[in-house]
Amino acid sequence: MKPIVMEAIDVVKSLGEGAGQVLALKGVSVSLKGGELTLLMGPSGSGKTTLLSVLGCMLSPTAGLVRVSGRTITGLRPEELAKVRRQNIGFIFQSYHLFPTLTAEENARLPLDVRGERSLDALDKAQQALIAVGLSHKFNSFPRDLSGGEQQRVAIARAVVGAPSVVLADEPTAALDRENGLAIMGLLADIAKDPARAVFVVTHDPRIEPFADRILRIEDGLLVADEARTRRLN
Amino acid sequence: MHDTAHQHGIRKGRRKILRIPLILILASRNLFHDRIRFVATIVGIVFSVVLVTVQLGLFVSCQRMITATIERARADLWIVPTGAKSFEDTNLLDGQERFHALAIPGIADVVPLVTGYATWHKPDGGTTIIFTVGFDPGKVGLQPWNLIEGGVDDLLTPNGVIVDRSYFTRLGISYIGQQAEISGQRVRVVALTNLIRSFTTAPFVFTTRERARTFLRAPSGDSNTYFLVQVSPGADIAAIRADLSRNLNDAEVITPQEFRSRSLSQWLYGTGAGAALIGGAILGVIVGTVIVAQTLYSSTKDHLNEFATLRAIGSSAFYIHQVILCQAFLSALIGFSIAAVLGLLIVRATKNAALPVIMTPNLTLGLFVLTVVMCALSAISAIIKVTRIDPAVVFNR
Repeated sequence: MKPIVMEAIDVVKSLGEGAGQVLALKGVSVSLKGGELTLLMGPSGSGKTTLLSVLGCMLSPTAGLVRVSGRTITGLRPEELAKVRRQNIGFIFQSYHLFPTLTAEENARLPLDVRGERSLDALDKAQQALIAVGLSHKFNSFPRDLSGGEQQRVAIARAVVGAPSVVLADEPTAALDRENGLAIMGLLADIAKDPARAVFVVTHDPRIEPFADRILRIEDGLLVADEARTRRLN
Repeated sequence: MHDTAHQHGIRKGRRKILRIPLILILASRNLFHDRIRFVATIVGIVFSVVLVTVQLGLFVSCQRMITATIERARADLWIVPTGAKSFEDTNLLDGQERFHALAIPGIADVVPLVTGYATWHKPDGGTTIIFTVGFDPGKVGLQPWNLIEGGVDDLLTPNGVIVDRSYFTRLGISYIGQQAEISGQRVRVVALTNLIRSFTTAPFVFTTRERARTFLRAPSGDSNTYFLVQVSPGADIAAIRADLSRNLNDAEVITPQEFRSRSLSQWLYGTGAGAALIGGAILGVIVGTVIVAQTLYSSTKDHLNEFATLRAIGSSAFYIHQVILCQAFLSALIGFSIAAVLGLLIVRATKNAALPVIMTPNLTLGLFVLTVVMCALSAISAIIKVTRIDPAVVFNR
C-alpha cells in the first residue's frame, strides 16, 4: 500500500469577482501517492494550472480540503503556506525560472537556503543533486551558458534538493525538443521511484504518457478520468 | 580523476559558502546586474551624502567658531552682564562683581576680560570693524591660541596686538611688525595666530586689557565685559554660583555650557544660519532617499519574477526583504565610501577657508548611519511591492 503524501478532497476554486467570476475547479478530489508519477492532462482552460496552484499551496481552495503529508493546509495564512511549500514541495516550471545571476550550484542550493540550511551539508546536497541530473561539470555555469535541457535539469535539481515529499511540475517538457523532453521525463520517473515521494506533472504532451503510473484527465474544472498505468519507460 | 576534480570542486565551494551567504550573493548580483542603474543609484547616494556632509560640516564649523572663545577660556563660571546673549555682546560690568566674587570662599581667582567692537584703520587706507579681546597676559583666563609667530608676552611691548593670519587681507596687512590704527590709536602686530575665526566676520584682535579699554573708549575704573571665575579644587560650583548670584546686580553667573548654548542660540539659531544649514542637509537626505527608492523599486520590479519564484519555492517574506535590504545596504556602503573620500577632499580644500567644512569621527559615523537609514527607508516601496507578490504567477510566466 503506497502512502498518500498529498490529497485534495472536493476542491472548489472560484477565480475573479462579480460578473467575471469563474469556477475553475468544481469539486476535484485527487490523492498523490509516494512512488507514483501522475500526469494531469487536459485542454487549455480546463483547470490544470489552478489545480496545480491549489496542490502547491499557492492558492487556497474556495471549498474543500487539501492535505500535505497528513496536514490540512486549508485556511492557513500565506506565511504558513510558504512554510508548507518549503518543507514539503519541490517545483519545476515550464520556463525553468532559474535565477540568471546565480550559478547552477547556487540555484540548486536556494531551497535549502530559504529553509535556513546554510551549513556545508547544504553545499554538498546541492552538488549531489546536480550530479544526479548529470551536471557534475556545470556547477559554476550561469543559466545563460546552459542549454534549455540543462536549465531544466538544474530546475529539477533545485526541486529535489530538499528531499520534498511531492514534486509538482508544470509542463516541464514544453520548452524542450523531443530528446531533451524524454530525458527530463526519465529523470522525473527516476525521482518517482522513491516510495516516499510523489511526482505530479501537468502536461499537454502525449509523448510522455509512457512514463506515467497514473493519468488524470481534467475538463472544465472536473476530473473526467483517472487511469492507473504500468510505467513503460524509465 | 573526475571524482578527484569533483571533490576538489566541493572543497573549493566549502570555503566559498563559509565566506558569502547566498542572500548577499543574490543581492549583490541583482545590484550589479544592471550597471547603468547601479551607477545612477551610487551617484544619487554620493551627491546626497556629500551635500549632507558639507551642510553638517559647515554647521559644526559654525558651532566651533561661535563657541571657540568660550571653550578656550579657563572658567568654571562666567559673570556676564544680565541678558548677555553671546560672547560678542558688548555691555560692560561695573567691576564690583570681581570683589564680590573674591570674597566668596572657594573662589580661587576672578579673571577680567574686556571685549567689544572697534574700527581698524588699514595701513594703506580704509577701515574694517574688528572685535577686540582684552586680557591680562599674566593671567590664565582667555588667551589667544594657535600662535604661529610671536607670543603673548610680546603684547607687553608698546601698542602690541595679536591678529589671525587668515585675516591679513581684511586687515590690510601682510607681515608681523606692521603697524595700523585702532580707534585712532597706533597699534603694531606683534604675534600671529592661525585659524581663529569669527562667526560675526569681524576679525578677533587680541591685546592687553588696558589697551582694549582705550580702543573701546570704555569708562575708566574697573569696568569689564566678563569675569572668568575659577574655583578652588573640590569646591561646590553650584553653591558658589548661588552665593555669588545673590550678591550681584545687573549681572548673571552662568556656566560655560550655558554661555555656549546662549551663543549658539543667538548666532546659529537666532540668525537662521543654522536652520538654513540643517534645512540643506534634510533636503540632501530627501533627494538621496527618493533617488535610491526609485532605483531599488525599479530593480525590484525587474526581478519580480525571481522574487515570485523565491516565494513559490517557499521562502518567507522576510527572506525576500533581507535580499532587498541587503541591496540597500550594499548601495549605502559603496555610496558612502565614495562620498567619504569626496568629503575628505572638500575638508582638505576648505581647511584655510573663512568657513571650513569640518568632519569629526562622530559626524562621520553619524553620516554613515544616516546613509544606511536613508537606503533602508528607500527599500520600503520595494518591500511593499514584493510583499504583494502572488507566488502562483510563476505558473503563468
